[in-house]
Amino acid sequence: MVPVTSVGADSPVDGIVATVPIVLSLLVAVWALVAAVRHRPPDRVQFVGLAVLEVALLVLSVLALVAVGGGDRPGEPGAFFGYLVTLVCLPPLAWVLARMEPTRWGSAIVCAVCLVAPVVVVRLQQTWEVLGG
Amino acid sequence: MVETGPARQRTNSGPGRLLIAVYLLFAIAATSRAGLQIATKFDEAPVAYLLSGVAALIYIVAAVGLARAGHTGRRVALACCSVELVGVVAVGILSLVDKDLFPDETVWSQFGSGYGYIPLVLPVLGLIWLWRTRQAPA
Repeated sequence: MVPVTSVGADSPVDGIVATVPIVLSLLVAVWALVAAVRHRPPDRVQFVGLAVLEVALLVLSVLALVAVGGGDRPGEPGAFFGYLVTLVCLPPLAWVLARMEPTRWGSAIVCAVCLVAPVVVVRLQQTWEVLGG
Repeated sequence: MVETGPARQRTNSGPGRLLIAVYLLFAIAATSRAGLQIATKFDEAPVAYLLSGVAALIYIVAAVGLARAGHTGRRVALACCSVELVGVVAVGILSLVDKDLFPDETVWSQFGSGYGYIPLVLPVLGLIWLWRTRQAPA
Protein backbone atom coordinates (compact mmCIF):
# COMPACT_ATOMS: atom_id res chain seq x y z
CA MET A 1 0.00 0.00 0.00
CA VAL A 2 1.41 3.36 -1.02
CA PRO A 3 0.42 6.10 1.37
CA VAL A 4 -0.40 9.33 -0.39
CA THR A 5 1.23 11.83 1.89
CA SER A 6 2.90 14.21 -0.53
CA VAL A 7 0.02 15.39 -2.71
CA GLY A 8 -2.72 17.34 -0.91
CA ALA A 9 -1.93 15.66 2.42
CA ASP A 10 -5.00 13.41 2.23
CA SER A 11 -6.92 13.60 5.45
CA PRO A 12 -8.45 10.32 6.63
CA VAL A 13 -11.30 12.24 8.25
CA ASP A 14 -12.43 13.96 5.08
CA GLY A 15 -14.92 13.16 2.35
CA ILE A 16 -17.61 10.51 2.57
CA VAL A 17 -16.46 9.02 5.92
CA ALA A 18 -17.06 12.39 7.56
CA THR A 19 -20.08 13.42 5.50
CA VAL A 20 -22.07 10.29 6.35
CA PRO A 21 -21.93 10.74 10.16
CA ILE A 22 -22.55 14.50 9.86
CA VAL A 23 -25.67 14.04 7.70
CA LEU A 24 -26.85 11.10 9.77
CA SER A 25 -26.40 13.02 13.00
CA LEU A 26 -28.33 16.02 11.68
CA LEU A 27 -31.15 13.76 10.47
CA VAL A 28 -31.45 12.15 13.91
CA ALA A 29 -31.32 15.64 15.47
CA VAL A 30 -34.21 16.85 13.30
CA TRP A 31 -36.22 13.70 13.99
CA ALA A 32 -35.61 14.03 17.73
CA LEU A 33 -36.50 17.72 17.64
CA VAL A 34 -39.83 16.93 15.97
CA ALA A 35 -40.45 14.29 18.64
CA ALA A 36 -39.59 16.75 21.44
CA VAL A 37 -41.87 19.42 19.99
CA ARG A 38 -44.68 16.84 19.74
CA HIS A 39 -44.14 15.81 23.38
CA ARG A 40 -42.95 12.37 22.31
CA PRO A 41 -40.35 10.33 24.23
CA PRO A 42 -37.34 8.99 22.33
CA ASP A 43 -38.68 6.42 19.86
CA ARG A 44 -37.15 3.46 18.10
CA VAL A 45 -35.97 5.58 15.20
CA GLN A 46 -33.88 7.71 17.54
CA PHE A 47 -32.22 4.76 19.22
CA VAL A 48 -31.56 3.00 15.92
CA GLY A 49 -30.30 6.32 14.54
CA LEU A 50 -27.90 6.67 17.47
CA ALA A 51 -26.66 3.11 16.93
CA VAL A 52 -26.06 3.65 13.21
CA LEU A 53 -24.38 6.97 13.99
CA GLU A 54 -22.07 5.22 16.45
CA VAL A 55 -21.14 2.67 13.77
CA ALA A 56 -20.39 5.47 11.29
CA LEU A 57 -18.23 7.23 13.90
CA LEU A 58 -16.38 4.02 14.71
CA VAL A 59 -15.64 3.54 10.99
CA LEU A 60 -14.31 7.10 10.92
CA SER A 61 -12.15 6.43 13.98
CA VAL A 62 -10.76 3.18 12.62
CA LEU A 63 -9.82 4.86 9.33
CA ALA A 64 -8.14 7.68 11.25
CA LEU A 65 -6.21 5.19 13.40
CA VAL A 66 -5.20 3.20 10.31
CA ALA A 67 -3.86 6.39 8.75
CA VAL A 68 -1.93 7.19 11.93
CA GLY A 69 -0.63 3.61 11.97
CA GLY A 70 0.46 4.12 8.35
CA GLY A 71 2.67 7.03 9.32
CA ASP A 72 0.35 10.01 8.77
CA ARG A 73 0.17 12.49 11.61
CA PRO A 74 -2.58 14.92 12.59
CA GLY A 75 -1.62 18.60 12.85
CA GLU A 76 -2.50 18.73 16.54
CA PRO A 77 -2.25 15.15 17.81
CA GLY A 78 -3.41 15.86 21.36
CA ALA A 79 -6.53 17.73 20.32
CA PHE A 80 -7.22 15.30 17.47
CA PHE A 81 -7.32 12.24 19.71
CA GLY A 82 -9.23 14.17 22.35
CA TYR A 83 -11.93 14.96 19.82
CA LEU A 84 -11.88 11.40 18.49
CA VAL A 85 -12.48 9.88 21.93
CA THR A 86 -15.17 12.44 22.73
CA LEU A 87 -16.86 11.79 19.40
CA VAL A 88 -17.33 8.04 19.84
CA CYS A 89 -18.65 8.64 23.38
CA LEU A 90 -21.41 11.01 22.26
CA PRO A 91 -24.02 8.55 20.91
CA PRO A 92 -23.71 6.24 23.97
CA LEU A 93 -24.09 9.28 26.24
CA ALA A 94 -27.24 10.33 24.40
CA TRP A 95 -28.51 6.74 24.50
CA VAL A 96 -28.06 6.37 28.26
CA LEU A 97 -29.56 9.75 29.10
CA ALA A 98 -32.47 9.20 26.70
CA ARG A 99 -33.19 5.83 28.34
CA MET A 100 -33.20 7.51 31.76
CA GLU A 101 -35.61 10.17 30.56
CA PRO A 102 -38.57 8.62 28.70
CA THR A 103 -40.27 11.97 28.15
CA ARG A 104 -40.07 14.68 25.51
CA TRP A 105 -36.89 15.85 27.25
CA GLY A 106 -35.23 12.57 26.34
CA SER A 107 -35.83 13.45 22.71
CA ALA A 108 -34.46 16.93 23.40
CA ILE A 109 -31.28 15.35 24.79
CA VAL A 110 -30.87 13.21 21.66
CA CYS A 111 -31.39 16.33 19.56
CA ALA A 112 -28.79 18.33 21.52
CA VAL A 113 -26.13 15.61 21.38
CA CYS A 114 -26.77 15.03 17.66
CA LEU A 115 -26.24 18.73 17.04
CA VAL A 116 -22.91 18.63 18.88
CA ALA A 117 -21.54 15.57 17.04
CA PRO A 118 -21.21 17.29 13.61
CA VAL A 119 -19.36 20.18 15.26
CA VAL A 120 -16.91 17.73 16.78
CA VAL A 121 -16.41 16.02 13.39
CA VAL A 122 -15.58 19.40 11.84
CA ARG A 123 -13.18 20.21 14.70
CA LEU A 124 -11.61 16.79 14.15
CA GLN A 125 -10.95 17.70 10.53
CA GLN A 126 -9.48 21.05 11.54
CA THR A 127 -7.08 19.52 14.04
CA TRP A 128 -5.85 17.10 11.37
CA GLU A 129 -5.23 19.78 8.80
CA VAL A 130 -3.27 22.34 10.80
CA LEU A 131 -0.39 23.44 8.60
CA GLY A 132 3.14 22.59 9.63
CA GLY A 133 1.94 19.89 12.01
CA MET B 1 -29.96 11.83 48.16
CA VAL B 2 -32.09 13.46 50.81
CA GLU B 3 -35.70 14.26 50.14
CA THR B 4 -36.88 17.25 52.11
CA GLY B 5 -40.50 18.18 51.65
CA PRO B 6 -42.55 17.92 48.50
CA ALA B 7 -40.56 19.21 45.56
CA ARG B 8 -42.49 20.39 42.54
CA GLN B 9 -39.97 18.70 40.32
CA ARG B 10 -36.56 17.35 41.02
CA THR B 11 -33.68 19.13 39.32
CA ASN B 12 -32.51 15.91 37.72
CA SER B 13 -35.56 14.98 35.67
CA GLY B 14 -37.44 16.43 32.73
CA PRO B 15 -35.85 19.59 31.34
CA GLY B 16 -33.27 19.30 34.09
CA ARG B 17 -31.91 16.16 32.48
CA LEU B 18 -31.39 18.06 29.22
CA LEU B 19 -29.63 20.77 31.18
CA ILE B 20 -27.39 18.17 32.81
CA ALA B 21 -26.63 16.68 29.39
CA VAL B 22 -25.51 20.06 28.05
CA TYR B 23 -23.49 20.71 31.22
CA LEU B 24 -21.83 17.32 30.76
CA LEU B 25 -20.93 18.16 27.16
CA PHE B 26 -19.40 21.43 28.30
CA ALA B 27 -17.61 19.72 31.15
CA ILE B 28 -16.03 17.29 28.68
CA ALA B 29 -15.18 20.00 26.15
CA ALA B 30 -13.73 22.43 28.69
CA THR B 31 -11.86 19.79 30.69
CA SER B 32 -10.12 18.19 27.74
CA ARG B 33 -9.28 21.54 26.21
CA ALA B 34 -7.95 23.02 29.44
CA GLY B 35 -6.08 19.82 30.31
CA LEU B 36 -4.39 19.83 26.93
CA GLN B 37 -3.51 23.50 27.09
CA ILE B 38 -2.13 23.29 30.62
CA ALA B 39 -0.17 20.13 29.80
CA THR B 40 1.35 21.26 26.52
CA LYS B 41 1.67 25.05 26.41
CA PHE B 42 0.93 26.46 29.84
CA ASP B 43 3.59 29.18 29.58
CA GLU B 44 2.01 30.79 26.54
CA ALA B 45 -1.07 32.04 28.34
CA PRO B 46 -1.19 30.93 31.98
CA VAL B 47 -4.13 33.14 32.92
CA ALA B 48 -6.27 31.97 30.03
CA TYR B 49 -5.49 28.30 30.61
CA LEU B 50 -6.00 28.45 34.35
CA LEU B 51 -9.31 30.15 33.73
CA SER B 52 -10.27 27.40 31.28
CA GLY B 53 -9.41 24.89 33.98
CA VAL B 54 -11.55 26.66 36.57
CA ALA B 55 -14.44 26.92 34.11
CA ALA B 56 -14.15 23.22 33.37
CA LEU B 57 -14.25 22.39 37.07
CA ILE B 58 -17.34 24.54 37.56
CA TYR B 59 -19.16 22.79 34.71
CA ILE B 60 -18.40 19.41 36.25
CA VAL B 61 -19.52 20.46 39.74
CA ALA B 62 -22.66 22.10 38.36
CA ALA B 63 -23.58 18.93 36.45
CA VAL B 64 -23.06 16.83 39.58
CA GLY B 65 -25.05 19.27 41.69
CA LEU B 66 -28.00 19.21 39.31
CA ALA B 67 -27.80 15.45 38.91
CA ARG B 68 -27.75 14.74 42.65
CA ALA B 69 -30.66 17.09 43.26
CA GLY B 70 -31.54 17.22 46.96
CA HIS B 71 -30.75 20.20 49.15
CA THR B 72 -26.99 20.23 48.90
CA GLY B 73 -27.04 19.54 45.18
CA ARG B 74 -29.29 22.51 44.60
CA ARG B 75 -27.03 24.80 46.65
CA VAL B 76 -23.96 23.59 44.81
CA ALA B 77 -25.68 24.07 41.46
CA LEU B 78 -26.87 27.52 42.50
CA ALA B 79 -23.36 28.56 43.47
CA CYS B 80 -21.90 27.17 40.24
CA CYS B 81 -24.46 28.80 37.99
CA SER B 82 -23.95 32.15 39.73
CA VAL B 83 -20.17 31.95 39.49
CA GLU B 84 -20.50 30.93 35.86
CA LEU B 85 -22.75 33.83 34.99
CA VAL B 86 -20.48 36.33 36.71
CA GLY B 87 -17.45 34.65 35.15
CA VAL B 88 -18.70 34.61 31.59
CA VAL B 89 -19.84 38.24 31.77
CA ALA B 90 -16.65 39.45 33.48
CA VAL B 91 -14.32 37.53 31.18
CA GLY B 92 -16.44 38.55 28.20
CA ILE B 93 -16.03 42.22 29.05
CA LEU B 94 -12.34 41.87 29.99
CA SER B 95 -11.52 39.98 26.80
CA LEU B 96 -13.03 42.81 24.78
CA VAL B 97 -11.42 45.62 26.79
CA ASP B 98 -7.96 44.13 27.24
CA LYS B 99 -7.07 41.55 24.63
CA ASP B 100 -3.60 40.99 26.10
CA LEU B 101 -5.06 39.54 29.25
CA PHE B 102 -6.29 36.46 27.39
CA PRO B 103 -3.94 35.92 24.45
CA ASP B 104 -5.55 32.56 23.74
CA GLU B 105 -9.21 31.70 23.61
CA THR B 106 -10.99 30.45 26.72
CA VAL B 107 -14.48 29.03 27.01
CA TRP B 108 -15.67 32.37 28.32
CA SER B 109 -13.83 34.75 25.96
CA GLN B 110 -16.12 37.15 24.13
CA PHE B 111 -19.06 35.84 26.13
CA GLY B 112 -18.43 32.33 24.82
CA SER B 113 -18.79 33.26 21.15
CA GLY B 114 -16.51 30.36 20.20
CA TYR B 115 -19.11 28.02 21.66
CA GLY B 116 -22.17 29.62 20.12
CA TYR B 117 -22.75 31.80 23.20
CA ILE B 118 -24.02 28.71 25.00
CA PRO B 119 -21.68 29.45 27.97
CA LEU B 120 -23.63 32.71 28.42
CA VAL B 121 -27.08 31.12 28.10
CA LEU B 122 -26.36 28.00 30.15
CA PRO B 123 -26.02 29.58 33.64
CA VAL B 124 -29.15 31.66 33.00
CA LEU B 125 -31.09 28.52 32.11
CA GLY B 126 -29.61 26.82 35.16
CA LEU B 127 -30.75 29.61 37.47
CA ILE B 128 -34.22 29.67 35.89
CA TRP B 129 -34.46 25.92 36.32
CA LEU B 130 -33.39 26.08 39.97
CA TRP B 131 -35.96 28.84 40.53
CA ARG B 132 -38.76 26.90 38.89
CA THR B 133 -38.02 23.73 40.85
CA ARG B 134 -37.62 25.50 44.19
CA GLN B 135 -39.45 23.94 47.07
CA ALA B 136 -42.21 25.60 48.97
CA PRO B 137 -40.90 26.52 52.44
CA ALA B 138 -41.83 23.72 54.79
